[in-house]
Amino acid sequence: MSALAPAHEALTILIADDSATDLLLLSTIVRRQGHQVLTAANGREAVEVFTRARPQLVLMDALMPVMDGFEAARWIKQLSGEALVPIIFLTSLTDSADLAECLDAGGDDFLAKPYNPLLLAAKINAMDRLRRLQATVLQQRDLIAKHNDYLLHEQRVAKAVFDKVAHSGCINAAPNIRYLQSPYALFNGDLLLAAYTPSGDMHVLLGDFTGHGLPAAVGAMPLAEVFYGMTAKGYGLTQILREMNAKLKRILPVDMFCCATLLCLSTDRRVVEVWNGGMPEGYVLEVTTGKRTPLASRHLPLGVLSAELFDDRTEVWPVALGDRVFLLSDGVLETADANDRLFGVERLQQVFDTNREPDRLFDDIEQALVAFRGEARDDVSMVEITLRSGLATRATGPLYADSGQSCPRDWSVNFEFRAETLKRYNPLPYLLQLLLEIHGLRAQSGALYSVMAELYSNALEHGVLGLDSLLKRDAQGFAEYYRQRNERLAQLDSGYVRVQVQVVPNGAGGTMTLRIEDSGPGFDVEKVLAQPMDIDRLSGRGLGLVRQLSRDIRWSDGGRCVCVEFSWEALA
Amino acid sequence: MVDVHLDPDVLSGLQEVMEGEYPKLLETFLDDSQKRIEALRTARDDAKALGKIAHSFKGSSGNLGAVRLAQLCERLELESGEPTANLEALVDQIDHEFAVVKPLYESERQRFQV
Repeated sequence: MSALAPAHEALTILIADDSATDLLLLSTIVRRQGHQVLTAANGREAVEVFTRARPQLVLMDALMPVMDGFEAARWIKQLSGEALVPIIFLTSLTDSADLAECLDAGGDDFLAKPYNPLLLAAKINAMDRLRRLQATVLQQRDLIAKHNDYLLHEQRVAKAVFDKVAHSGCINAAPNIRYLQSPYALFNGDLLLAAYTPSGDMHVLLGDFTGHGLPAAVGAMPLAEVFYGMTAKGYGLTQILREMNAKLKRILPVDMFCCATLLCLSTDRRVVEVWNGGMPEGYVLEVTTGKRTPLASRHLPLGVLSAELFDDRTEVWPVALGDRVFLLSDGVLETADANDRLFGVERLQQVFDTNREPDRLFDDIEQALVAFRGEARDDVSMVEITLRSGLATRATGPLYADSGQSCPRDWSVNFEFRAETLKRYNPLPYLLQLLLEIHGLRAQSGALYSVMAELYSNALEHGVLGLDSLLKRDAQGFAEYYRQRNERLAQLDSGYVRVQVQVVPNGAGGTMTLRIEDSGPGFDVEKVLAQPMDIDRLSGRGLGLVRQLSRDIRWSDGGRCVCVEFSWEALA
Repeated sequence: MVDVHLDPDVLSGLQEVMEGEYPKLLETFLDDSQKRIEALRTARDDAKALGKIAHSFKGSSGNLGAVRLAQLCERLELESGEPTANLEALVDQIDHEFAVVKPLYESERQRFQV
């Protein structure tokens, strides 16, 4: 008979019955089906045999002396823990309350007397399938738990390495930055970086990689390196964006990219320059009027387009002291409630509208998210940067390993940057690196860079491009100014900016003279210098700043040529 | 049906399943049953004990094809819960029925004894 054929594998089966006849009959049937049989004459014996020999399946008579089958079943179920040891009750009970008690005690099935060998074999096989299924589930659960532990360990290590890279910036040190991010946001693909430029501006990047886990974090590493490296060397947003985009395009698989908002906040110039590729709208929050200017996405994310197609155009907005720039990740807007409705922009706007205490904005948003969803999410990133007065902290610059013995002391160099170069090349980082070969100037690198950047952009924008700084008097004109700047630069086919650096030793110290000359029409130096400083702040040539930072500044050739000097004493 | 003492189909089924162990099964049943008969006599006045013994006895006699014996045990098991029942008469009937089937099983065992 096929039903009497052995099951997949021979099992060890415990049979507990106080009737010697039934026990003999059943053990013979089970043995003939290919299994190994252990016997017990009552419940207590059954528990003892189970503890000693761990059979895989139990056939248990319900009513037995000493300890009945119900109690024995409870013990055996407890002893077998998570593993499934099926118990089949052997019973001539017919009362449904009695049968229910068998199930309550942990019984998995019944076998009625008189025994039918066919049915018994089928039940043993069915229970064995369940038993093996449960064993497989447990084994896979343990395997998953092991993999999960392993994954978490990897993430901890990756995070420790990444924190070294990511926190080399000023995200935690800057007093005007507030941010909210899950400690494991990196593994949700969220990335927040901030650093000072040599001129004391602040660069901030909020990014969101597609994907989760390590793949997302892996892309964050090179992005952070580019961000910090280029920001410290004085590169502007467009160069940094191009480098990031090219790098990500090269290293990431096709389906991976990074949505990002990169901004440069300048206290000196009272502007914020923004590039947003695929991130939710950020905002400039005006402190006096409560007005919110959206910083909308105008571009595809980083790592999508080739260098030729990549669009590095930024938008520039005026900001006043106390104004805040607010950026957020899509985790905020995509927080869903129980009915899968999204939190969305409108609800966020409502939070902005009802917010009374600007310092409590994050808390208000978080509260709104919790109230909406019922619980907090761990993939929400927000950052807020406030424009504050006072001396900006400047990048400390790289650490120099040389001793100063080989420092060049007496030299000069001339550059002429012509139209095709002016269009797409920013010579400032290169010039700064050159000047920092002079040990004595390193302490002043921030001021030096600020002055150089200001004078270069004056020469380019007002000189070569002939833009009128008066345009920048109000926000509208501001936007117009930068629109015209981009347009004229794109069409530029003549003109130049000349830069001359001359270094002369003076005892143990020395003097560096920086001369910048442009091909523009010049300007009325007397008139511009006579303007009050506060007007100069927004619409002037940033000259107030230059005059604050450099010892000596002179114009010649009708405003077409400007000259500043930086001196240093002997090094301690 | 009530008159069936032994179901020959059950016996041939058991013989097939037990093979060489068949005589031993019959012998075990006879010993086992003898003990139960004595236990029933001892427990004459204890309805609850009678019910338990009858339950067990019902199971094994059912397995061995002692149809009428199993039926009598079932009646005893059921009626042990009723205060007015005449349990003593039932125990006597079981006693008598076992006396009837015992020689039948013994001769069956003799047939298969090597």
